[in-house]
Formats: sequence, structure tokens, C-alpha cells
Amino acid sequence: MNHIAPGARAGIYHYDEIDRRFVGERVEQFRRQVERRLSGELTEEEFKPIRLMNGLYLQLHAYMLRIAVPYGVMSAVQLRKLAEIGRTYDKGYGHFTTRQNLQYNWIKLEDTPAILNALADVDMHALQTSGNCVRNVTTDQFVGAAKDEVVDGRVYAEILRQWTSLHPEFTYLPRKFKIAISGAASDRAAVRVHDVGLLARRNEAGEAGFTFYVGGGLGRSPFIGKLVREWVAEEDFVAYLEAILRVYNQYGRRDNIYKARIKILVHELGLEKFKAEVEEEFARLRGPKYRLDPAIVAEIRTHFAPPPFEDLPETSSALERAKAENPAFANWVAVNVAEHKAPGYAIATISLKPPGGIPGDASCDQMDVIADLAEQYSFGELRVSHVQNIVLAHVKQDELYALWQKLDAVNLGTANAGLIGDIIACPGLDYCALANARAIPLAQAISARFADPLRQRTIGELGIKISGCINACGHHHVAAIGILGVDKKGTEFYQITVGGDPTLTTAIGDILGPAVTEHEAVDAIEAIVEVYLANRTGESERFLDTLARVGHGPFKERIYAAD
Amino acid sequence: MPSPDGTLHAITANRLRDGVVVFLGAAGAWVESFADAALLTEAEATTALAAAKAQAERDQFGVDLYAFEVESENGAALPVKMRERIRTLGPSVRLDLGKQAAA
Repeated sequence: MNHIAPGARAGIYHYDEIDRRFVGERVEQFRRQVERRLSGELTEEEFKPIRLMNGLYLQLHAYMLRIAVPYGVMSAVQLRKLAEIGRTYDKGYGHFTTRQNLQYNWIKLEDTPAILNALADVDMHALQTSGNCVRNVTTDQFVGAAKDEVVDGRVYAEILRQWTSLHPEFTYLPRKFKIAISGAASDRAAVRVHDVGLLARRNEAGEAGFTFYVGGGLGRSPFIGKLVREWVAEEDFVAYLEAILRVYNQYGRRDNIYKARIKILVHELGLEKFKAEVEEEFARLRGPKYRLDPAIVAEIRTHFAPPPFEDLPETSSALERAKAENPAFANWVAVNVAEHKAPGYAIATISLKPPGGIPGDASCDQMDVIADLAEQYSFGELRVSHVQNIVLAHVKQDELYALWQKLDAVNLGTANAGLIGDIIACPGLDYCALANARAIPLAQAISARFADPLRQRTIGELGIKISGCINACGHHHVAAIGILGVDKKGTEFYQITVGGDPTLTTAIGDILGPAVTEHEAVDAIEAIVEVYLANRTGESERFLDTLARVGHGPFKERIYAAD
Repeated sequence: MPSPDGTLHAITANRLRDGVVVFLGAAGAWVESFADAALLTEAEATTALAAAKAQAERDQFGVDLYAFEVESENGAALPVKMRERIRTLGPSVRLDLGKQAAA
């Protein structure tokens, strides 16, 4: 194999020989399975679960290959490889997903082994991106950089990757299983809407431990994860998770796909009974075999050592000058740049949501530019966020202006992170075989309607999320304004919800009223925004706060008054 | 011949090797353009679909075969549902991709 390791970059886990051999063997195994399918030795019924275990779906227009980006973190070398694959085997672009992964939409089955080989060359694969297994663990896109971080979630996400990849008990779970970790004061990973949501914390002695939420999830039956244990010590991290998964494996339903997720088990069993079952299993497992050895944690932590930051002053006079001279840049800094734990550095979000654009899509040329900029400005490392943007986590404040200029030149300088234009949208009926309605065109129309950067700033923090079906890949349930596409006798309609919240104050949005047509939807969203602006007590009162204070009435009245 | 209610049907699949959307043509051959698809009554579609499924599996040609409804609009055949309209053309948000790009 012509191996091109990512190199000694900041925050990238480096494969060892065991990792490399494992991925190589899986690629070779799948190559033979594809050959057997194409020769007729395997039927489609036999082959389908195999291809899904390798991230290969069949969608509306072609095969779709979902590539795992472990905890959303990758190197510039890896992104450049993704761009190369997109050009060679797809149609020159990729789609970054709400699971911090990347999807190609136009893949040929016969090309897939070669693609997986190319991925393996840069320590990547498509495993655990489909099927009833523990999926790619997600985390905070600011991990390892955020000023409010307490524990580095990458270390534990990587431990989970290694623990789950070949775990014989977790390959045929009742249903897929999603884990998210946040180690910061602010939850940017939507932990309480995952099967298991983990808050990494420190006790008074400074030791790392975890708060466990279980049974969260979106989809047909949305649930907020329930607190199962306030504190699990680091050494028990794996044992406690294993206990949860064993209880799920034993009691989770396999007879009804709509009732197979752990959220239904927790709901039907009842929280206290579920906790008792987990504690009983945990007591059985706890011991030397399942103890997470501090030496292993320390070894993995070395992969995520801080990059060689320069000793810089807290603030940058060059940055302040550039902001004073260029209002558009100043706006981008105010909206897309977050505080870094290291003095003189900043975290920059690259929005993949230009007005009228397709959320999460990036051309291969843009990927190459981002890879170059990651090398030039952020130690060769970047992140995919669950809101479908890219993050350069370690940029010198002095260099933000140069970075923004280069981003702006390739339509990547949009200033809308966290604002109304920063819309999550699933691929919807334009690509997805499960969808009932299109999601992307509505996202494009809304972002175009609210394109004015000043208007977006005036509106402030307001997330819109759109799903093309009840599976809720677009996270519409936890959006301040959520939109669900539905099919009514062959016509696309859109159901609007308000009041959802993906952060630690998690809330599922309420349906505002009857679904509206595609034509009416953008006006309805604008009407909601106008009601909010007219009712808020001041700029500091967020949409969710105004909604909580005034209730649904004024919004309903405005949208449905004519009915 | 259309169904008693006038509805016609066509049969579609994804080609196994590359996933490309194909339609069952007039002579039982698979075609890439919906314009060349055979338009069948419901009874004809049921029979043709069963035969096509068996043949496709024998030949390792196509997967996910199914029949869908077609209506006539201004004299031209058009899938009734948005899903098949998008399959016959390509993504509505990327007119440079899919079958519509080659048209």
C-alpha cells in the first residue's frame, strides 16, 4: 500500500500498524465481496447488509458512500484526498453531514474498493457509518481549542472508536447507536438527542469523569436523553457504556424497526428500571478487565497534544486594525470567530451556507483551498461540525484577515455561523431514497431571503433546521424554527415547529399549525421572524426567550390568520 | 393500454454495477432515458415487474426494481410523484447533474 500518513499534525490520531492492518483487511474483504456480487455469487439480499457495513447506500440517482470522519476531525492531507476522490470517482463535490461525516452522491459499486483503498492510504474508511452498530462518535467541533473546555472529548471518542470497531457484541445491535461527547461548558454537540450523550467533566480533585444521558434521539419519536448517572469515573468509562449496550442488546426490540432504538427501550422500561438493569450489569462488568487503564488514556492523549502554539499576547492589534478598515471582515469576525484557549489564537468557522447555497456541500476545489488554508493557518488540521460547517480551530488572530480574504475569494467567507442563514438541511428528496419532500430548495430560498448580513445580525441567534422526512437527519425537532417536509397526495408540504433547542437546555419544538406549501413556507418563516422582532424586549432577548414569554399565539395568528 | 382509471405505469431500477437509474424499455431492454421507457397498464406492469426482477437477479443487472405511476401532461408522459420526476431528471438543485445534464 502506498501509505501517506497524515503526519505529525495537531489533534489527529495516527494509525498504528494494528489500525492499518485492520482497515486494509476490511478493504480487501469488501473488494472480494463486490466481486462476488458482480459475478452473481451473492444475491442482493445477501449483499445489501454487507455494503451497508461499508457505508455504501443505494439512493435515488446512484450509490452513496458515507465516509467516516472520526469525531469530525481530519487533516489537510485527508481532506485533499477526499477532494481527489470526489474528482476521480464522483462529480466534483461532497456533502458534509450532521454526523460530521462526508457523503459522495454518485458512486459506482465497481469503483468502491478502489475508493476505500484510496481512503486507507490516508487512514480513513467508511466503517460504522451505516448498519446497526455504534456509529461514528461525534463531538464538539471546537474540541481541544475552546476557551470553555474542561475535558478534551477527542481522547474518549477515539477510545470509543477503538473499543467499538471490532466489538463482537455491537455489530448486530437492535438498531443503529449514536454517541456524542461534549467536554465544554457549552454543548455544541447536541448530546441530549443522542442514544448516549456524554458530558465530560472534572471533579474537585481534577479527575475526569462523565455524566451519562441515555435514550435521546430524534426521528419519528423524538426524546430528550434522560440522566442515568451523574458521575462515572474515567476508569469505569468503558465498563459503564458496555453495561448500557448490553442492556440494550438484551432488551431492545428487534421485531419493529420503529421501536428498536434505545430511546423506546428507556421509555417503555421506565427510567428507574433501566438504570437498575444498567447498574446490575455494570456491577458484573466492573473489574480489571474493563478498567480503562490510565496508561492507555495517556497514550491516546499524546495524539491530541496541543500544537506548538507561539507565545502571543491575548489580543492582536493587527486584527483590530483590519476590523476597523473592513466592515465585512469585522462582521465575519463577530459572527464566525470564537475564543480560543491559547492567547493570541482564535477558532474560525468556515460557513458552507452561502446565501442561496446548498447547506453542507463543498466542491473539490473548495476542499483543496480549505486543506491549503488549514496547513497555512491551523497546523494542518480541521473539523466538520454537526451543523455542516468546517472549522479551523487554531488560527492566529494576526492572520484572521488574510484567512478571510482567501476564503472570501472562493465563496467561503460567509458570515452567518449561528444566525438564520446557517441552516441545517438534509439531502432530502433531491438525493435521498427515504425522503418525502425536498429540503435543500427551501434552505436555499430562506437563506437567499435573509442574505443581508446586517439583517441577520439584527435577528441574532436563530437556528433553522430542515428535514425531508420524519427520520429527522436535518434535526428539525431541536431547531428554534424547524421544518419537516411531508408528502400530501404527491405534493410537498412543510410542517413548521418552533421552540426546539439542541443545547443543554434541550427542547423538542412544538408544531405551530397545519403544514404550508413550498410557496408559502418562506413567507411563513419571514412572518415568524417579524413577529419575534416586533415582540422582543430588546436585542439581547433571543428568539427562544421571546417565544417562551409570549407563547405561540402571536406567531400562529400571523401565519394562519387568513385561514 | 392504460388502466381503467387511465393511469399508466413504468418500471425503474438502479443498475447494479454503477447505480445509474434505468427504465424498462419497450422491447424488454433496459434504457437510461425515461423518454424510452415502456408505458404499461397496471396489469402489464405487474407481470413485467415480476419478470424483470427475476431476469435482473439472474443477469446481475439491476436492483431495487419497482413500478411507478405515469400521467400525461401536454401530450408528454410524466411521473406522477416528485420522487420519480427527480429520478428521471436529477437533483432539482443541481441542473448540471444527472440525466437532465445530458439532455
